[in-house]
Amino acid sequence: MKYWRVPLDIDTVQIPHGVVHIDIDLCKGCAFCEEYCPRDVLAMSDAFNRKGYHYPEVVKSGECVNCGLCEAICPEFAIFCTEGEPGPAAAWAVQPGEEAP
Amino acid sequence: MNVTEQPFSQSLEIPSTEESLKHPMEDYLRIERFPHIWCATCGLGTVLTAFITGLQKSELDPDKVSVVSGIGCTGRSAGYLRLDSFHSTHGRAVPFATGLALGNPELKVAVISGDGDLIAIGGNHFIHTARRNIDMTVICVNNFNYAMTGGQAGPTTPLTANASTAPYGCYEYPFNLPYLAESSGAVYVARWTALHIRRLANAICEALLKPGFSFIEVICPCSTLYARRNRLGSGLDLMKHYHDQAIIRHGADTSELQIDFQKEIIVGKFVDIEKPTFARKRDDYLSERLGKDYVPYKGP
Repeated sequence: MKYWRVPLDIDTVQIPHGVVHIDIDLCKGCAFCEEYCPRDVLAMSDAFNRKGYHYPEVVKSGECVNCGLCEAICPEFAIFCTEGEPGPAAAWAVQPGEEAP
Repeated sequence: MNVTEQPFSQSLEIPSTEESLKHPMEDYLRIERFPHIWCATCGLGTVLTAFITGLQKSELDPDKVSVVSGIGCTGRSAGYLRLDSFHSTHGRAVPFATGLALGNPELKVAVISGDGDLIAIGGNHFIHTARRNIDMTVICVNNFNYAMTGGQAGPTTPLTANASTAPYGCYEYPFNLPYLAESSGAVYVARWTALHIRRLANAICEALLKPGFSFIEVICPCSTLYARRNRLGSGLDLMKHYHDQAIIRHGADTSELQIDFQKEIIVGKFVDIEKPTFARKRDDYLSERLGKDYVPYKGP
């Protein structure tokens, strides 16, 4: 994701970062987390868990902003986020010469 | 022969989560009972998460909160919560909670139960508890059918929806639950879906802190019976339907909140009024009538 317009104070802004933890044995493969993750961090894996369900996997771990939506919507208590190291927002800025999204 | 039992997950070399971390809600859950019995893509686990989040937000002492459930899929909620919880008989969650609330006025009592338990067999208890304005929070999870017993048509099944006792579609008029609660005398009435997780958690927090009879209807996907019988896909498809069709209208007239089959669902907070609770009304009235002869009940 890139900013469409670069804010003037972008150097001072820190973006929170989350680390997603998944208990794959509790998962029943409903895909609520994958569908509603606002940053598309998760994807359903091709592998099965012990009950035969496809479980979610973290595919874009750098994109997670620790919003906690996956934790709140998971009906199985199988996924949660912990706070990671916040990163500078400047990394999201459109670089000179790059086309704005 | 001595065979050492190897866990199934190890034998297949399936990775599992790191042991040291625990789920942030584990303190509120009887985690040894998990995984729970609810079907894949059922929304009841999400409602339970919202309840725990609401309870955490309300900053009530968990030792002073009690949860009562009746029978049915939703009735399992009380058993999964690490609070003083009780799984009562069919339809009698509300009378049991009445006894708890009146016997120990310090206790905050919440009832989490389904539409079949609260409104069908427990309908009479529900309206009279709302009329008396007993201090409790009732969370009615509405999945439009009797899910645990095989998807029979219930008092909330929308017109034309298929159920196992209505194979050509339901032809009975369903209840409009917020209207029923408001006209019976509830002081707080809201309706949300299992998709409105944050608003639902906020509503549960508000309802827990509200003195008097507060009622929240939660529309919840039933994937195995309601969705399958009506060919609506999975619970995820029902969640998408809520996303498309739910309209937030705070303070809407509750008489217009009828839910038609796969049509728009009006959600929001409809009623939030102040009214003395049963216990306060009793104490005030009897103190006035009897004077010093009346000794108010202070709890055990």
